[in-house]
Amino acid sequence: MIKSFGSVEAIKGVDLDIAPGAFVVFVGPSGCGKSTLLRLIAGLEEITDGTIAIDGEVVNSLPPARRGVAMVFQSYSLYPHMTVYDNIAFGLKIGGDGKADIDKRVREAAEILQITEFLDRLPRQLSGGQRQRVAIGRAIVRDPRIFLFDEPLSNLDAALRVATRIEIAKLHERMAGTTMIYVTHDQVEAMTLADRIVVLNFGKVEQVGTPMELYRAPANLFVARFIGSPAMNTIPCMIESGGSAPRVVPEGGRSVVVNAEIPLKAAGARGTFGVRPEDLSLANSSEAIFTGKVDIVEKLGEVTQIYVGVRDQTIVAKLGGDAAVERDDEIALTAPRGALHVFDDKGIAFPRTPA
Amino acid sequence: MIAGLIKRAAFYTLVGVIVVAAVFPFYYAILTSLKSGTALFDVGYWPTSVSLVNYVTVLSTGTFLRNIGNSLLIALAVVILSLLLGVTAAYALSRVNFRGRSLLLLTILSVSMFPQIAVLAGLFELIRALGVYNTPFALIFAYMIFTLPFTVWVLTAFMRDLPVEIEEAAIIDGATPWIIVSKVFVPLMWPAMVTTGLLAFIAAWNEFLFALTFTASSSQRTVPVAIALLGGAGQFEIPWGNIMAASVIVTVPLLVLVLVFQRKIVAGLTLGGVKG
Repeated sequence: MIKSFGSVEAIKGVDLDIAPGAFVVFVGPSGCGKSTLLRLIAGLEEITDGTIAIDGEVVNSLPPARRGVAMVFQSYSLYPHMTVYDNIAFGLKIGGDGKADIDKRVREAAEILQITEFLDRLPRQLSGGQRQRVAIGRAIVRDPRIFLFDEPLSNLDAALRVATRIEIAKLHERMAGTTMIYVTHDQVEAMTLADRIVVLNFGKVEQVGTPMELYRAPANLFVARFIGSPAMNTIPCMIESGGSAPRVVPEGGRSVVVNAEIPLKAAGARGTFGVRPEDLSLANSSEAIFTGKVDIVEKLGEVTQIYVGVRDQTIVAKLGGDAAVERDDEIALTAPRGALHVFDDKGIAFPRTPA
Repeated sequence: MIAGLIKRAAFYTLVGVIVVAAVFPFYYAILTSLKSGTALFDVGYWPTSVSLVNYVTVLSTGTFLRNIGNSLLIALAVVILSLLLGVTAAYALSRVNFRGRSLLLLTILSVSMFPQIAVLAGLFELIRALGVYNTPFALIFAYMIFTLPFTVWVLTAFMRDLPVEIEEAAIIDGATPWIIVSKVFVPLMWPAMVTTGLLAFIAAWNEFLFALTFTASSSQRTVPVAIALLGGAGQFEIPWGNIMAASVIVTVPLLVLVLVFQRKIVAGLTLGGVKG
């Protein structure tokens, strides 16, 4: 399945190949074009240039219903005047399926989503979570080739969001042959649900990969800062030497060896050094990368987050829940060699070498 | 305490004045319609004797029943056609992006700005040319001139407020524009449709000038014209009793319609479909 777009402004040339049955998550900051991309796939927007193909069939000019897609909207978008049953059955009735067949499929979908007891109710008599299930039910009965989710959890409260997230993951397991494309700005949803994550920014794909690939080897600074919470510490650095054991000097820190393919001629260039808060640990000053004074200590229970002033920037570190760190302590931080990232002056990561 | 009492007294006096001003003419019409003979010319505010002779006269002589039928047919046809055209036009004007959309909306609005008398002569020519003079079609056609602009405007404004996602969900479900309008939008819009339909009905039911101009024979007349042309026994006699009886007969259906539908207009049907 290949989808390529070249629509001006919102989507600036996206080339994407999604494997059948995959769970793909589009993630990015608001306004990055992820919803637009989804709507292009659904057929709610026309593409300006390029092609969209599903199962090898070009669907550019096909209306949404004929593309074999089903969509779950952020705002549920149920038909307010119809019962749950009619909401789910609406698409099938339009399709002209037999009454008995429709009834069987609606009841099956309701069974899966545990909304059988609500079938006679109107949407306004349901809670947010139940409404979203009805919306998912409406998508399931159509037995789509592609399932599209447009931020389906963002109207739910935190507890319900986790529960529904797990339901969606189960649904994907149950509908193994169905491709799912899911749009969110929440990286936790992206990391937990996705087989593959597509990170979008300003209408362009920044990186495509499994959640762990994106976490372990972000292709550029944008992905590095976007995936992971708190965000990766990124510090301007000087590349000391390239070659087999390349060294870099982050500003305010000590020269370190990194596992990255840095060409010899890059020596002397400026770049960016990155290290995740959770990879930093306390050290004695002889092996430290950074030393500085603790500005703020946040005790979160299972972890302690500290903000350390290093020269004129702040480095965040995630330590154990009972780390003995106090405000104003002078501390030293280090990280394993394999956890260090180096980006060139354009923000592109140097390829990582196996440790 | 006393100030509060005065305030309440003033409030209810005002309410009383408004109610009397609104209801008294109709009450007096009913009163007059129940009198007969010379009792008509006695001024009195309470019914003294009740006689239905005026009603019997109006309904049994002339073409008054036929005229009521004409009015009913024309008003209903105007309502149905206005709503059908109004809803479909509103869908295009509120949801389809095309060039000159706001210009078109303003043009539709400007149509309703012409006074009836200004279009009368031209419309007369048009109706003669179409060959529908002195038929109900002439009036149905003419009345759409003033019912369509406000129907289209109200329904367009209402449809614009319906959430786009509901429409998109229907598109994904495979609905054609006609199914979206008829199965999804109309049920959601029906409070607005009842209101505009009722207004269109009243406008068509009450219209006088076109009805007078575009009909010739008494069997084609609508009720307002028929009432105005009710003649007495002699040239100088105005049959007040009959006129009032006829007025009451044609006002009651309107009152009933408004009373029946005013409750239904309240419904907040769009609740629950989108987040909230």
